Amino acid sequence: MHTQKKEALLEISELEAGFMINKQFYNAVDKVSFKVNPGKVICVVGESGCGKSVMSLSIMGLLPKQVGKVARGTIRFQGRNLTEITNDEYNKIRGKEIGMIFQEPMTALNPVFTIGYQLEEVLFNHLKISKKEARQRSIELLSHVGIPRPEKIVDQFPHQLSGGMRQRVMIAMAISCQPKLLIADEPTTALDVTIQAQILELLRDIQEKSGMAVMLITHDLGVVAEMADEVMVMYAGKIVEQGTADQIFNDPKHPYLQLLLEAIPRLDEEKDRLYSIKGIVPSIVNMPKTGCRFVSRCPKAMPDCSEVSPDMGDVGFEHKVRCLLYPESYPKEVTEASR
Amino acid sequence: MVSFAIRRFLAMIPILILLSVTVFSLAKLMPGDALTGKIDPNNANPEYIAKMREQLGYNDPVPVQYVKWVTGFFQGDMGDSFVHKMPVTQLIGERIENTVMLALASLLITYVVAFILGMIAGRWPYRWSDHLILTFNYIGYAVPSFFAAIVCIYIFSIQLGWFPASGSISVGAQEGTLYYYLERIKHTILPAIVLGLFNTAAYTQFLRNDVIENASKDYVRTAMAKGTKTSAIYNKHILRNSLIPMVTFIGLDIGTLLSGAVITETIFTYPGLGQLFIDSVSSRDYSVVMAISMLLAIMSLVGNLIADLLYSVVDPRIRLR
Repeated sequence: MHTQKKEALLEISELEAGFMINKQFYNAVDKVSFKVNPGKVICVVGESGCGKSVMSLSIMGLLPKQVGKVARGTIRFQGRNLTEITNDEYNKIRGKEIGMIFQEPMTALNPVFTIGYQLEEVLFNHLKISKKEARQRSIELLSHVGIPRPEKIVDQFPHQLSGGMRQRVMIAMAISCQPKLLIADEPTTALDVTIQAQILELLRDIQEKSGMAVMLITHDLGVVAEMADEVMVMYAGKIVEQGTADQIFNDPKHPYLQLLLEAIPRLDEEKDRLYSIKGIVPSIVNMPKTGCRFVSRCPKAMPDCSEVSPDMGDVGFEHKVRCLLYPESYPKEVTEASR
Repeated sequence: MVSFAIRRFLAMIPILILLSVTVFSLAKLMPGDALTGKIDPNNANPEYIAKMREQLGYNDPVPVQYVKWVTGFFQGDMGDSFVHKMPVTQLIGERIENTVMLALASLLITYVVAFILGMIAGRWPYRWSDHLILTFNYIGYAVPSFFAAIVCIYIFSIQLGWFPASGSISVGAQEGTLYYYLERIKHTILPAIVLGLFNTAAYTQFLRNDVIENASKDYVRTAMAKGTKTSAIYNKHILRNSLIPMVTFIGLDIGTLLSGAVITETIFTYPGLGQLFIDSVSSRDYSVVMAISMLLAIMSLVGNLIADLLYSVVDPRIRLR
């Protein structure tokens, strides 16, 4: 297949990352493997607490040092294993090769420095550039992300800007060194709906023009539909379904994804109550050891589901799912044993 | 900011009036006056005492005395010291130079040490360095300054002989020479350390906790995501934010240091305002006591004003209007 011929930009395999809680280590991300190809938009979907942010922070090497760590697995970026490099080497990648945007634009900027200072900082970190050039470039970047009067905004402080404007500044910072990969961790969650659309449009516009890959983390399927080339659905630290946007929306396999799609209200349907999936994601401290992690909430659960841990199985055309409803997902040793 | 400063200055006027009334009343309420106890009742002519009282205005109605004092004070005439036989203005003028020098030196010590220790402790919390600094701070905070002063004098002046134990200048130093200034600095160092290190303890712990708190803020994560070096994150991003609460202390310190140096100045017999204040209280030299009280009150107000102004300098979110 042609995807295999091209070398993946980011290749994560068997990644386990999590936190120390009461001196015991718990995985928030459990054996996650996937690839991000150059120039593609991959969306990671899942509800709160499913490990999306931990995964993105692991890629950036930004898990809180005292309690969080990558326990196992590899994160290969352009062929280099990021789990083995030093912090200084990481600093040459962060902001230059991989840019990141966070969820909360209100607090993500340092309140005591001007927008210009914070933009110039990333330029100084990675480029040999004079003070004057850096300022010029900052103003260009600001106008590039659609900020009006950039030569004025550059000297303002974060509190003088609105949430949407700040997120634009964050985007400007993240793309300032033309990264190969942009990780956007719920970039629109904290913004109101009209601004969300603008920010997404901006992201898509930048992505198309620059050809960088984008890993967009969200819990909003509407955002996914608008942006994604490929989609990864996560549940309780594991990937449960993976495929192209088309496969995910038109042929959802995993009951969790099916329910998620069903929960989206439609204009053409008359409904008294909005549908919701009952229950919550199990916390990482009391995650079931065996079986499917969705079993307690799954309407299609079978007896096997709490006994056998499903694998990722390919149901055709790189569309992968982790659910025992599909024979492809049965772990090999189990299928062989039952024969 | 200028209009803010001017308005704050105007707002100080009613406070100052109230202060002057308080200071004056307290002085009047204290028993005796400068003549009490100074003149042997067995051989003094009561008529002479009465005459002096009349001359000094002690027999005027209280409000008249008050008005005289206040108008004099704000014209720079704080009356005469009965004990020192010289104008209070001149007397204080001689001392205030020493006190300001001591205050500045101790402020410098406080902040330099607190910033270095606070940043170290905050950047690497719960390590041996942090524990060591904490121990040092507990000792610094728990030991009373008079005790610390005596220990310092014993070790550094008597045993080691590095610094003089008392005074502000050696005999024979000519004003204007390099030797004179070096001597003054040498005399200031020991009391400044005793004064300075006491505050250091609190500020270091304060800064440490603020640094730890700031280190978990979102903007730190953003800076890391930009590839900023850890040292730059601490020394620029976090320090700049942790400066904000520290600045408040500077203003308060200006007021307290001038008055709070009383004990230290007395032990080191350092001729500053604090020592003069204590001497004047015990000799009932009320014109001096009132003048110093007023000065200290004014300095506290000015210190607060400075803190407010500095606030807006270090925190762009605060705009003074």
